[in-house]
Formats: sequence, structure tokens, C-alpha cells
Amino acid sequence: MAAHFLKNRHMLGWVQATPLTLVLLAFLIAPIVMIVIVSFWGATEFSIYPAFQFDNYEFLFSSPVTYRVFGNTLKYALITWALTLVIGFTVAYYLAFHIRSQTMQIALFLLCTIPFWTSNIIRMISWIPFLGRNGIANQTLISWGVIDEPLEWLLYSDFSVILAFVHLYTLFMVVPIFNTMMRIDRSLLEAARDNGANGLQTLMHVIIPLTKPGIMIGTIFVVTLVMGDFITVRFMSGSQRANVGRLISNDIGLLQYPSAAATAVVLLGTVLIVIAILLRFVNIRKEL
Amino acid sequence: MRTGYDLELVHLTKRYGDTVAVRDLNHVFSPGSYVCFLGPSGCGKSSTLRMIAGHEEISEGSILLDGQDVSRLPPAQRGTAMMFQNYALFPHLSVRDNVAFSLRMKGVDKDTRHKRANELLDLVDMTHLADRLPAQLSGGQQQRVALARALVTEPKVLLLDEPLSALDPFLRIRMRSELKKLQRELGITFIHVTHGQDEALALADEIVVMNNAVIEQAGPAREVWAQPDTEFVARFIGGHNVIALPGGKATIRSDAVTIAPEGLPATVIAVEYQGASVAVSTRTETGDDVLALLPEEQFFAAPNTPGESVRLAWDERRLHHLRA
Repeated sequence: MAAHFLKNRHMLGWVQATPLTLVLLAFLIAPIVMIVIVSFWGATEFSIYPAFQFDNYEFLFSSPVTYRVFGNTLKYALITWALTLVIGFTVAYYLAFHIRSQTMQIALFLLCTIPFWTSNIIRMISWIPFLGRNGIANQTLISWGVIDEPLEWLLYSDFSVILAFVHLYTLFMVVPIFNTMMRIDRSLLEAARDNGANGLQTLMHVIIPLTKPGIMIGTIFVVTLVMGDFITVRFMSGSQRANVGRLISNDIGLLQYPSAAATAVVLLGTVLIVIAILLRFVNIRKEL
Repeated sequence: MRTGYDLELVHLTKRYGDTVAVRDLNHVFSPGSYVCFLGPSGCGKSSTLRMIAGHEEISEGSILLDGQDVSRLPPAQRGTAMMFQNYALFPHLSVRDNVAFSLRMKGVDKDTRHKRANELLDLVDMTHLADRLPAQLSGGQQQRVALARALVTEPKVLLLDEPLSALDPFLRIRMRSELKKLQRELGITFIHVTHGQDEALALADEIVVMNNAVIEQAGPAREVWAQPDTEFVARFIGGHNVIALPGGKATIRSDAVTIAPEGLPATVIAVEYQGASVAVSTRTETGDDVLALLPEEQFFAAPNTPGESVRLAWDERRLHHLRA
């Protein structure tokens, strides 16, 4: 009976898909469903109670703080995206098209990943003594006579937050872009040259269009990472700047789970909308 | 006679580090001819083509086209166009935009360049697929697009790097007749690199046989085939037996060898029926392999079997003595 059951082609397919389905159900779908449910619950100063009410969302959408914080989050995402894109594209381009030997390419590529052998937090915190009021940067600039007094905006500012983001996430841009670039047939570049394209024209008309899927994957990585982050913002702004992640973490700190869940749902929706818009522009399916 | 559009290689040399890929080539191509560079892999034929195209730097010497030294010019300003081995069509552009690419780079406006691209697509009979992407085309169709893209620049010389090697045998024969027809219509020089002697014989007005970075022999296809200068050419171009004779090495065409009562003693190794003829492989006592291509009727009148001792004969006048 069991043997017969397994011989059925459709049944076999379902059986093969089951383990992954269960994993996704347990660790992705269930938590999200749970968050959505809790986001409709109610809370008092000392308790939470199951309910189906829109209080959390009402409060969220009526508060100007929400809009400011979401705006700030999008601002971080946009600026970090632009910077990581420019740096990531340049690094990937250099690795893919200027380094001729494959050994050298692999060596330099591994070099790019070395910072990732340490934790995010350590890499983040190591900026603090560098950027601080009496940090290395300020002291050096003063000793060179470039500035007279320490720059206040180096640390605990938007600047330091974005600097840390760029530092942490540029590799997520480099890897997919490098990957797509390596798949570009080198004879296409010769063909472009044969057809009279100069270096810039080859870049604009051949390399960038063919690298788009990699750019898009990198963009999704960076945007989702930055939008979901709270620890970088907290450390690098010295708790003086806020993003949605911090809003959620504060709520959790105050045991306001329903409110945190509602914010999380809105954040999830925002990120999904951003990704949906991105996918409208570029088809990344052939890269996967 | 030297007229416009002729292409000349002068002491052309290419080195990669210590290895010499192309050694001191001197050659004048007659204008408007179909030239085939023929040779085994690594003989320097592709490097030569790429140097003419401008995709490979020249170590020494120069390339003259139309009386002008083009060796230091970028590819697009030389008056040459190249068709790549895998066609190198831009995958993100439609067929029409691929053909119009060089015009776009020159800043030609959209209407004009599309009109011109359509003319070229008409020439290669691809108008009906102008809006497709290259991935949606067959190998033969891709090649036509690549041809149209190369020709849109109005080159004086079209360079083809093993253009037929990516096609299946049936298409290969069809495309080569189309290439030849196109060359005749356009009247420009085609330089075609190949390692297939049948392709070279079928297409070329002039064959340039290369080996070990030098030209072994160059000349009209019939001349190269009938009177090979060297043993290498005789063996590479096919259809010949190379025999060591007291007066030095000589070649005899396979179809000129017969099996006779008197002649060079040999042993039959294999017999292969080929339809109109029968290929009898033999080995002489000195160890030379000799192939006799016998007309089918003649063979079956007195068939031979492997292992049999036979005598090989030929008309002495058909024997061709090699220079080296």
C-alpha cells in the first residue's frame, strides 16, 4: 500500500516538498501570522489582552512621530543605497574587468570579505574611538591644521550612522554585482569596441544594462538590512537618532508588544512595497 | 596591381612574453577577395585576425589598409569590422538595436539608424525577426544578425573568426554558401579564419595556410591544394599522400594512386566504402601510410582485403615534389 502510494507521481512531489514547507511554515509563516495577530491586541500600562481592535494602528498612523521615524528610516536606506551602489559597483567593476588573473581576482575578493570575520557590533564600535570628539580623526585634522576645534558631527550624528551602514553593507552590493559582471561575455566588450563604443559608452550601453540584475539583488539586500536595523542607529547616533527598528525595540523594552507588532507589520509592508517596486524594474529571475 | 582597399601586413609580429604567436608576417591581400586563414589551433591565425581587427596589440610591424597605416588606430577607425566566433550579440538589445549599435555610438538619431538597420536586416533576410532578442534566435539567425551588425559600419574588410564553428554541419554548409554570396555582392574583402580545410577550399579565392606562427603557403585555393609547398600543407589540406622517395619527399593525390601488378609494395590496412569511391589505406615497407582512393567500380572488379599485399602505382607526371 505504502509503496503504491509513493509511486504516484503527484504524491511523491508533495512528499519531497514537505520538509521545506514545514520549515518555512514553522519559522517564517507562523511568526509573521503571530505578529499580525498580536498587532490587533490591546494593552494597558501593566497588561496585554487578546482582542481584535485597531487601536495600535490608529495610534501609529495618527502620531507625527511615526511619519518622522519612517521618513528617517527611508532617508537612511536611500543614502546608504546610493553610497553602497557607487562604491560596490566600482569595486566589482575593478575586480571583474581590470584584474586579469583569476587567482588575483579570488585573492582580492577574499580580501573584501575579511572584515566579515568579525561581528557587526565590533566593527561598528571600532568607529567610536576614531570619530569621537578627541578621536583619531579629530586629533589628526587638528594637528594638520585643517580645523581649529573638534568636529562635532563626526560621531553621534546621521553622518556616523550612514558611515557605519556603508561600512557594514557595501559587501552585500559588491558580491552580487561582481557575480553578474563575471558572467558577462568578454567578447561583448570587444564587440562594443569594434562598433565604435568608447569606454564610457561601453559602460553605459553594455555593462550597466547587463549588470542590472546584480545591482537589483544588492539593492534588495542593502535596503532590507538598513530598514530593519536598530542597533547601528542606536550605537552610532548615541541614541540621538531614531528609525523604525528603534521604535519597535523601545516598545518591546516597555513590554508594549501589541504596539511593537503593529509597527513591525507596517515596516514589513513598507519593505515589501519597496521590493515590489524594485522588481517592477528588473527581472532578477534568471540570476537565481 | 595595387588598387584601393587593399590590405597589407608588414613584418607583423605578436609576442606573449617569450612565446611568439605570430612571426614576421608579410602579405598583401588582393582587394575584394575571399581569403581564408587556415591552420591548426594555436598556429597564430586568430591572433593575426585580432591584430588586423585591432583587438590585439601589435608587438612589431604594421598593418596597412587602403594605403594608410592603421596599426595604432582603434578598431572602429580602421575600416575593418569583426564577426566574433560566438557572434557576441548584445543579449539585452533587440536584433534591430544590435545592428544599429554602432550608429547609436556615433550619435545617429533613432529614425535614421533604425532605417539603416532595417536595410541591413533586409540584406541578410532577417527583417521579420527585427524585434526579437538574440536569445530567441537560432544559431544561423544569430549569425546573420552578427553579419548585419558588422556590415552596418560599411567596412572595407570584414573579419570572421571561425564563423561557422558554432553551427551544426547542415547549417554550416548552408551558411558558407550565403557568406560567399554576400561577399560577391558586397565586393569587399572577407578574411575568414578556420581550421577546416573543406571550408577553406569551398569558400576561398585565396588560402593562407599558417603553422607555428608563420605562413606556410599562400595562394589561390586550387594552387594550394594541387601544389602544396611543404609536407605540412600537403597533410593539412588533405587528399594527398606524402611519400619519401630517393629524390626527397613528394606528394601524390589519393585519387591518382592505383593498385597495379607492378609498383611500390604495400600492405592493405583498411578498406572503407565511401559511395562513389573506396578508400584503401595501405602502409609501404618504409612505413609511409598511403591512401588510394579508387573508383567504386574499379575496386569491386578486383576487391582487396585488409592484410593483403598489394603494389601501388601512379603516373609519374602526377607526382609533386615538395620544397621542404
